[in-house]
Amino acid sequence: MTTQTLTAHYDPAVQGFTGLATMTMIRAFESRMPLLSEEGLIRGSTHPSVGMEAVATGVSLALGPRDTIASNHRGHAHCLARGSDPGRTMAEILGRVDGYGQGKGGSMHIGVKELGIIGTNGIVGAGIGLATGAALAAKQQGSDAVAVVYFGDGASNQGVLGEAFNLCAIWNLAVVFVCENNHYAQSASIEEMVAQPDLSQRGTAYGVKSVNVNGMHLDAVYEAAAEAVARGRAGDGPTLIVADTYRYLGHMAGDTEIYRSADEVQEWKDKDPIGYLARALEQQGVLTAGQFAQLEADAARVVAEAEAFARNSPYPEEFRAGTDVYEETV
Amino acid sequence: MGIATATTSAAAVPATSAARPAKPMALWRALNTALHDILEDTPEAFLLGEDITTWGTGGGIYGVTKKLADDFGRGRVMDTPISEEVLISAAVGAAMQGCRPILEIMYSDFTFLGFDGIINQAAKARYMFGGQFDVPFVLRTNGGSGIGKAGQHSQSLETLFAHIPGLEVVVPATAGDAYGLLRTAVASNNPTIFLEHKNLYNDRGPVSFEPIPFGVARIARHGTDLTIVATQQMLKRSLEAAEVLQEQHDLSAEVIDPRTLFPFDMQTVITSVKKTRHLVVAHEAVRDYGWGAEFVAQVVEEAWNDLDAPPRRLGGLRTPIPYSEVLENAVIPSANQIVATALATRRDRQHV
Repeated sequence: MTTQTLTAHYDPAVQGFTGLATMTMIRAFESRMPLLSEEGLIRGSTHPSVGMEAVATGVSLALGPRDTIASNHRGHAHCLARGSDPGRTMAEILGRVDGYGQGKGGSMHIGVKELGIIGTNGIVGAGIGLATGAALAAKQQGSDAVAVVYFGDGASNQGVLGEAFNLCAIWNLAVVFVCENNHYAQSASIEEMVAQPDLSQRGTAYGVKSVNVNGMHLDAVYEAAAEAVARGRAGDGPTLIVADTYRYLGHMAGDTEIYRSADEVQEWKDKDPIGYLARALEQQGVLTAGQFAQLEADAARVVAEAEAFARNSPYPEEFRAGTDVYEETV
Repeated sequence: MGIATATTSAAAVPATSAARPAKPMALWRALNTALHDILEDTPEAFLLGEDITTWGTGGGIYGVTKKLADDFGRGRVMDTPISEEVLISAAVGAAMQGCRPILEIMYSDFTFLGFDGIINQAAKARYMFGGQFDVPFVLRTNGGSGIGKAGQHSQSLETLFAHIPGLEVVVPATAGDAYGLLRTAVASNNPTIFLEHKNLYNDRGPVSFEPIPFGVARIARHGTDLTIVATQQMLKRSLEAAEVLQEQHDLSAEVIDPRTLFPFDMQTVITSVKKTRHLVVAHEAVRDYGWGAEFVAQVVEEAWNDLDAPPRRLGGLRTPIPYSEVLENAVIPSANQIVATALATRRDRQHV
């Protein structure tokens, strides 16, 4: 098997520093979403992931160029951490022609073929099946590529997950199931919707290696993901990673958030993944306060440029409404 | 926009099977041969489905996959758990990654368990992502009634699939078409619903081992007095009806098999109607809101002045398919009903 060299263990100077830069950029990007929505530039719904940056970032750091990701409705961070261009990503969210889908997909349907992003998805558990297929394709093609699917605690209640666990386990498919347990399925709390709160037991029940990680800690996410990816590459089958995390903003722009208390939100903000990582890196001597300020300034600049690009990108011409329904053979 | 007439080029099919002499075979055997040829010359193709290697005589419920696992190995012909939802979406995901998966769903009724994969994912992946992804996914399954399989193993869902933008829908009626259309389905970069008919698997016919392009109707019988459009089992009954119309009523019926419901070939139908000035559409799917209504509407819109009588539709009753033979026979159109409807259409012309 040929693979790129993976760092088996978390190195603060490598994954930590890079991860902090990525997380800071995602934070800046996602923080713009409610404002752009208020301004009327985003149609329909958009689902920011502020507070959850360590999961997408930690998992992406463990992936190689040929690996695949499938995502859900809250997928901007998954795409950005995987390397999607912030400008083209935001252009898609704003329905512009320079978006990855020419403005046809929007916030919930961002795909980037060259990065192995087989789509964010408006059906919260749909990526589970698609990633299973990507792993099946890798097996058929004799590749050691791994497929990651991100889904929430809400989607973990969809039936496809059990079917996928079983299929991946019997066929040793290289899928990393990343359950982002942010404690709410829209407004429904995990406590009310799940009788067995340890979601990792669901994977174990199907013969899928399953672990719980602190989803606010990049190092923990990265190490679990690197191990899962290595297992997948070696042909040893799927892994379920349940990452305990939290979204600081509402389910979508405009959410009144009447279903949770400000105290609860504050409690999680005190565990902020970016603040935690920055402090750790400073203590570990790989980051100075000045460097952190520079990372934040860089992130703000990248996102401002992305936004300018997206705002300046034209809306698609009307004829595009009828293209790409089928392969157009001439 | 060129959408309604999109066709898949048969030229995309590898030509290794060319120059093979045509021969008669059963429809199931034609499909089996097509799958054999596909696995031989399409390295990206593989088969998966429930009980496709060891059931019955070793090839699924109707023999279509017989001996393929022996010839190509379990790496390319895979038995799966009973998990339609994940199988359908996994086949879509594999197709988006460059494979050409051919998934057998045992009965078309079971596709309902995986409709997210078909309709929300397969049909929309090319569009929503701005044309980046091909989705060369083939879902093979059987529909239709006639052998006592009752309410959840006998539905005719072709209309339902044909309604969805992004899907191609294939409804072969003969052994030759089954071979040729399946070759094209696998070569197509669009998701294709390939609907076989469970009561036609043992029908024999000539197979020329050539791919058949989508969107090209077949004139199954030439005639001058009346056009009948029908698919699969209804095509067979329409051909029987045409003989009765000729022998007992001196009426010459032209019978057209669309072969694919999307893309569809309206032009052949309109050309025929301009000649015969009468149209009957017969299908096994429930008549109300069925694809026959679409064909009739388009003919009315495009050839109103060429009609001498209102077009008529025949289709399944608005009931589930019953089990008991006498009831099952009552809910889909018979050859006699097709004859009666054709005669009624000809009578109507006197009022025009």
